[in-house]
Amino acid sequence: MAHSAAAQPTRRDFLYIATGAVGAVGLAATVWPFINQMNPDASALALASSEVDISSLKEGESVTVKWRGKPVVVRNRTAKEIADAKAAPLSDLKDPVARNANLPDDAPATDANRAATGKENWFVMVNVCTHLGCIPLGQEGEYNGWFCPCHGSVYDTAGRIRKGPAPENMAIPVYSFMTDTKIKIG
Amino acid sequence: MSGPSTYQPQHPALKWLEARLPIIGLVHSSFIVFPNPRNLNYFWTFGGILAFMLVAQIATGVVLAMHYTAHVTLAFNSVEGIMRDVNSGWMLRYLHANGASMFFIAVYIHIFRGLYYGSYKSPREVLWILGMIIFLLMMATGFMGYVLPWGQMSFWGATVITNLFGAIPLVGGSIVTWLWGGFSVDNPTLNRFFALHYLLPFMIAGVVVLHIWALHIPGSNNPTGVSVKDKQDTLPFHPYFTVKDLLGIVVFLIVYSYFVFYMPNYMGHADNYIEANPLVTPAHIVPEWYFLPFYAILRSIPDKLAGVIAMFGAIAVLFVVPWLDTSKVRSANFRPLYRQFFWIWAVVAVGLGYIGAMPPEGGYLIAGRILTVYYFAHFLIILPLLGLFEKPKPLPASITESVLGHGGAAVTAGAPSAPQTK
Repeated sequence: MAHSAAAQPTRRDFLYIATGAVGAVGLAATVWPFINQMNPDASALALASSEVDISSLKEGESVTVKWRGKPVVVRNRTAKEIADAKAAPLSDLKDPVARNANLPDDAPATDANRAATGKENWFVMVNVCTHLGCIPLGQEGEYNGWFCPCHGSVYDTAGRIRKGPAPENMAIPVYSFMTDTKIKIG
Repeated sequence: MSGPSTYQPQHPALKWLEARLPIIGLVHSSFIVFPNPRNLNYFWTFGGILAFMLVAQIATGVVLAMHYTAHVTLAFNSVEGIMRDVNSGWMLRYLHANGASMFFIAVYIHIFRGLYYGSYKSPREVLWILGMIIFLLMMATGFMGYVLPWGQMSFWGATVITNLFGAIPLVGGSIVTWLWGGFSVDNPTLNRFFALHYLLPFMIAGVVVLHIWALHIPGSNNPTGVSVKDKQDTLPFHPYFTVKDLLGIVVFLIVYSYFVFYMPNYMGHADNYIEANPLVTPAHIVPEWYFLPFYAILRSIPDKLAGVIAMFGAIAVLFVVPWLDTSKVRSANFRPLYRQFFWIWAVVAVGLGYIGAMPPEGGYLIAGRILTVYYFAHFLIILPLLGLFEKPKPLPASITESVLGHGGAAVTAGAPSAPQTK
């Protein structure tokens, strides 16, 4: 048993480290389910898509539908709203990225990249403030787009952040036109 | 918790128990004969008041849980059932809801007391940090408890506070989804908040044991900040401080009862009697009053991540106060400059609470920014510099001298300290 302190790593040192390493891996593997159980479950993931009938929406009207527990606004924008959104120079925007899930991540935040492709009056957006998750009020605020009553974020008619503490433009969800009057969100 | 016990059981059964588990001796040395500085004022009763409030919150909370249902379709109605149908349910719920506010009033007075009298200084740094951990646990518990009735303020408070974590770069979004258990605040969120709201008070109780343990190593600080030098400076915990604490608790209970029975919703929000609606945010959302100063700091900064960092920083800075304060003198009574700056800071902290309740626009926004800057400047600039430049007043030679004046003190002190000399 008389090993000197200066001895090479011994067989016992190896066993200590190997046992400890296996124990650590086992502990991590045991802890993970306790953490992962808090992630969205299968039923939450299954609520992936919602369909909206937009045939009755006249110019200047909106409808809000619930998608994954969040309100998604579908708006038939007025000509003035479209013109206002198009007139805003990109250099004025706080967040220069479109945040459109249907486009590449780095698409610029032009009105064309925010509105429905080829149907610029149709506008679909997750109506959740990117600051702390409140629901901004429609057709309010300085840009007559959206205004968040919680902490004063101001969005324009293309849902782009213009003033206030929110860091990003409101998100555009994945959606597609099933027919001219029906949209599938998600 | 204060060295070997002097407890000598007489009854054979108690002797038998003490030889196997010296628990009566532990209580005896900690809460009967424990020497406390003789000059403690009524600000020192808030420790006892807080211990009482923790027990009261656990007691009312456990019985409320017997009638509450943590499900989004049932939670709101089960709370209304408690208010209307359950025997004495209205009283139990009002005791619990107002109890949370009273708990925070007491803890804020307790913290202000510690800051004024320098109770965080060596050798009580660990005691102070444990207290701050309790404060954080209290805030988490209070926040999750407010979500359970599933009213509009519950829902939107939960949404805003959980979204704070979304400000963390790269992983923020995944963390928020993980906290929610979905893509918005919903049933999984309510369910886990209930489980944690039930758990955390017992974790608080555990840290309270450590807090008292750490307190009983150096013993209590006192209004002079001068350390206990000999037995004359102290009185036994019982009956002197048990009775003093009890009087404090009774007066506190009168105030608490006034809120419960005469204005039970004064510290709540009317919007929380509207059932949660994920599609409509109330026009003006504010957190519970005890979060308002931190909420004001969050809103003062026009950037999401920086705002969140500042808000958590306002609490984090309290943890390191023992090392930011460079003065050797504990009590503000002997620090003429710190005493003034302390009160300015206290007004600033309360002022931030007022700003937090106001809409974030115009003059309120500007005032909020000024107060936020001052709040941090107090800790990061004023406190370190004061210790270097301030000339403290002469300290009394001992606690006894400060109570009885010079000369002859030792003789007259014999009478009140008699109980512990036997």
